[in-house]
Amino acid sequence: MTHRIRVPHAVAVLLLALAAAGARAADWSVDQLMQSLAQIRAERATFTEKKFIAILDRPVESSGELLYRAPDRLEKRTLKPRPESMVLDQNLLQIERGRQKLSLPLQEHPELAAFIDSIRGTLAGDRKSLERNYRLSMEGGAQQWTLQLVPLDEKMLAVVKQIRMTGVRDAVRSIEVTQADGDRSLMLIERMAKP
Amino acid sequence: MTPRPARRGRIAIWLWLAFLLACGIVISRSQFSADLSAFLPRNPTPAQQLLTEQLREGLASRLILAGIEGADAPTRARLSKQLAQRLRADPAFVTVSNGEPVNAERDRAFLFNHRYLLSPAITPARFSVDGLRAAVGESIDLLASPAGLLTRSLLPRDPTGEVVQLLMQLNSDSRPRMIEGAWASRDGAHALLLIRTRALGSDIDAQQAAMTAIREAFAAVAGAAPAARLLMTGPGVFSVTTRETIQQQVHRLSLISIVLIAGMLGLVYRSFTALLLGFLPVLSGALAGIAAVSLGFGVVHGITLGFGTALIGEAVDYSIYLFVQSERGAADPRDWIGGFWPTIRLGVLTSIFGFASLLLSGFPGLAQLGLYSIAGLIVAALVTRFVLPHLLPENFRIHDVSALGLALSGVVRRAAALRWVAILLLLGACAVLIAQRGNLWNNSISGLSPLSQADVDLDTRLRADMGAPDVRYLVVVSGASRDLVLQHAEQVSAILQTQVDRGVLAAYQSPSRFLPSAATQRARQASLPAPAELEARLAQALRDLPLQPQRLMPFVADVAAARAQPLLQAADLAQTSMAMAVDALLLQRGTQWSALLPLTAPPGADIDAGRVRDALRGAAVPHALFVDLKGESDRLYAGYLHEAIVLSLGGLAAIVVLLLAALRSLPRVARIIVPLAAAVLTVTAGLVLFGQRLIILHLVGLLLVAAVGSNYALFFDRLYRSSATASGAAVPAVSPRTLASMLFANLTTVAGFGVLAFSKVSILQAMGVTVAPGVILALLYAAMFADKRHA
Repeated sequence: MTHRIRVPHAVAVLLLALAAAGARAADWSVDQLMQSLAQIRAERATFTEKKFIAILDRPVESSGELLYRAPDRLEKRTLKPRPESMVLDQNLLQIERGRQKLSLPLQEHPELAAFIDSIRGTLAGDRKSLERNYRLSMEGGAQQWTLQLVPLDEKMLAVVKQIRMTGVRDAVRSIEVTQADGDRSLMLIERMAKP
Repeated sequence: MTPRPARRGRIAIWLWLAFLLACGIVISRSQFSADLSAFLPRNPTPAQQLLTEQLREGLASRLILAGIEGADAPTRARLSKQLAQRLRADPAFVTVSNGEPVNAERDRAFLFNHRYLLSPAITPARFSVDGLRAAVGESIDLLASPAGLLTRSLLPRDPTGEVVQLLMQLNSDSRPRMIEGAWASRDGAHALLLIRTRALGSDIDAQQAAMTAIREAFAAVAGAAPAARLLMTGPGVFSVTTRETIQQQVHRLSLISIVLIAGMLGLVYRSFTALLLGFLPVLSGALAGIAAVSLGFGVVHGITLGFGTALIGEAVDYSIYLFVQSERGAADPRDWIGGFWPTIRLGVLTSIFGFASLLLSGFPGLAQLGLYSIAGLIVAALVTRFVLPHLLPENFRIHDVSALGLALSGVVRRAAALRWVAILLLLGACAVLIAQRGNLWNNSISGLSPLSQADVDLDTRLRADMGAPDVRYLVVVSGASRDLVLQHAEQVSAILQTQVDRGVLAAYQSPSRFLPSAATQRARQASLPAPAELEARLAQALRDLPLQPQRLMPFVADVAAARAQPLLQAADLAQTSMAMAVDALLLQRGTQWSALLPLTAPPGADIDAGRVRDALRGAAVPHALFVDLKGESDRLYAGYLHEAIVLSLGGLAAIVVLLLAALRSLPRVARIIVPLAAAVLTVTAGLVLFGQRLIILHLVGLLLVAAVGSNYALFFDRLYRSSATASGAAVPAVSPRTLASMLFANLTTVAGFGVLAFSKVSILQAMGVTVAPGVILALLYAAMFADKRHA
């Protein structure tokens, strides 16, 4: 009996090992990602963004800095092609462009709100807030994860088809937004050394 | 009695009744008002005229700011939405804003459809090859920004970004915080609504109806949330509150005065008939006063009625003198008429001379008080003299007060010994006044406001939460037509924009922003090239941009349509958020139009009025007026205060002249004036010591102290004159009764004005705290300083 058991035992050990590996991969769950993101109190990063827009012959590119302070302040400082700052503080989005200032309460612009909340919610590791608007799904492991967000609301879905974020452990590396009409944007993020 | 006086008596009574009837008719047709405008100028400068209009029907007069407090944030937001929904269905309200995007669709459509008439960026240069390249390039850049999400779909029709331009303008006004989809205060503890009534702010009945409608709507939606409370503020609410406060106060104060005075006189007279008869002159005087004000001013202010309650205390004096001074047992009052009437007549005349100066005031409120007092006192005195004696029954008698009088004369005889104390007190008073001369007066017009501090605080708080501009600085342009003032407003806007660029101003508003003048709209249309030309230029402009010209055919079509588009009219704004801005900033008065351009100060700083004025002057825009509303109203008030001081001094001078003419003796006049002056100085010093900053109504109170006090001083003068001329023995019976009558008269006056001192209306309170102690002091000083060489 013992002999008969041994081979399966090896298989079992192998399976267990595999299962353990699998479990570890599955362990890097949405919850785990959210927990490690929630640890971050403040973050500074550079970004480059490309927007692929159907009516334009080539994508528009922009670059600049991202600043995040937990739990609900996100600042996007675009330096190129022209300086612009966008500050999201609580529920007010303020855009400053040269002498022009625009403040947009997020409630009045749901499509903008959904998009921006996805980034902020992810950075804050706020699963609840994300799940209010999106269906979340996770692929990959801690070293290379991809989080996919699909809007729940029909109206939102008519604007944004899906948002894909990739990253390494607690660092978000890219955000890709695909819009319902096929236009999409890809933002690459590089964490900056802590000051 | 002989038949002749009886017949004359009947005539007097009939005349009196006819007069009362006439007064009744006048009063029944009178208009009563309670707004503060009675305390605003009659002959204003243009800036002051504007101030009055602003208060009555201007910029913000139709706004009601409402707050919902209590309960939790989601409940407050829900109540706000439900309340707004109900009120939006009520035609009494033009707009109900609470942050819900109710007009957003229409606003966007309006801005989009009229973008080529509205956008200040539309010039021929913008549609040149270079201009197009720059504008389209910028729009493409904007696509890279988060805002690009909003503008992306507009690009084919609006590649030059005119809608963005307009949205930026619309967006420059600060807005309240949003919680759960509704406006909230900065601390989040209140939900906020901004409600605009159809009725003018000066239409108090309509404002009251609007407030009731809001309260009822709130009660209906808040049934399930008993913790939630509704707060309201705003100019219309203030008018309603003011009127309610004044009405309540006038009712309550007159009732208390009458009960107090009647109680006092009842104790003294111990005769119900005497009590009733004693009030006849008061009633006649009050009716005559109201009727006179109604005839003279067309409208009677509530404050005047409030003042009337105090005058009860003074007018009742005449009957007190008649009843108490009449010889005991001798029901024939002719003795009194012969003996005391001349003194009382002189007393009435001094009062009238004092008040006459108020008639000259440019302040309708003061002039009303003056006319009311004069008419009231004359009629009360005449009724006492010519009617009341005929109404006294044969066996009329009141409780004997000789014992009290005798005791009083003992006191008075010793009063002279207290002169030292009086002089020390007076010196102290003078020292206080000299030390405090710099801050005797309250120079702010808010000192006149009948509003409670709590009301004012609530208003300040909600206004700040709402981000509602504190309309202090304005540029006003006027002209003969709407279009003309819009043109002027555009010229002024250009100047103000340079001031904004230099940081002198944070922002300004102008009705021309959303309703440009016809000339400007035509100029913008003329800047738009014909379709073929536009296509040619676009092809060139887009050469280096990632956008194919054929993608912009919708733009070419829209521009072609805009060239032939009918010009934008005021009616096109209907049902948009912009209509409110334009309506509020354009005023029509007869054939005259004005446009208001409110200015916003840079954060943390004041507006440098000099620089703005200079810039406006430099540009020479016709009829452009820079107004500092607060400065203007304070200047206005300071002017009135100055005028009231001059008039009061004039009134005192008139009293002195009258006394000199009547008594023909400088020492006697001096002895009458000294106690009055002493009382005035002491009571002023007392007010200052108790921390009251004097307003105009304190001054009127002082005038009253002089007017009422003169009666006492005259009686003391008469008392000792008669005892001097009479040869000893006959006199003593008279003086104690006169003394007693003076004490009663004094007490009734103190009661009448003392009640006012507890009023919540600052104007009435000021008069009360001045007159009540003032007349007591006047009586005491008169007793101390009376010439007793012969007594």
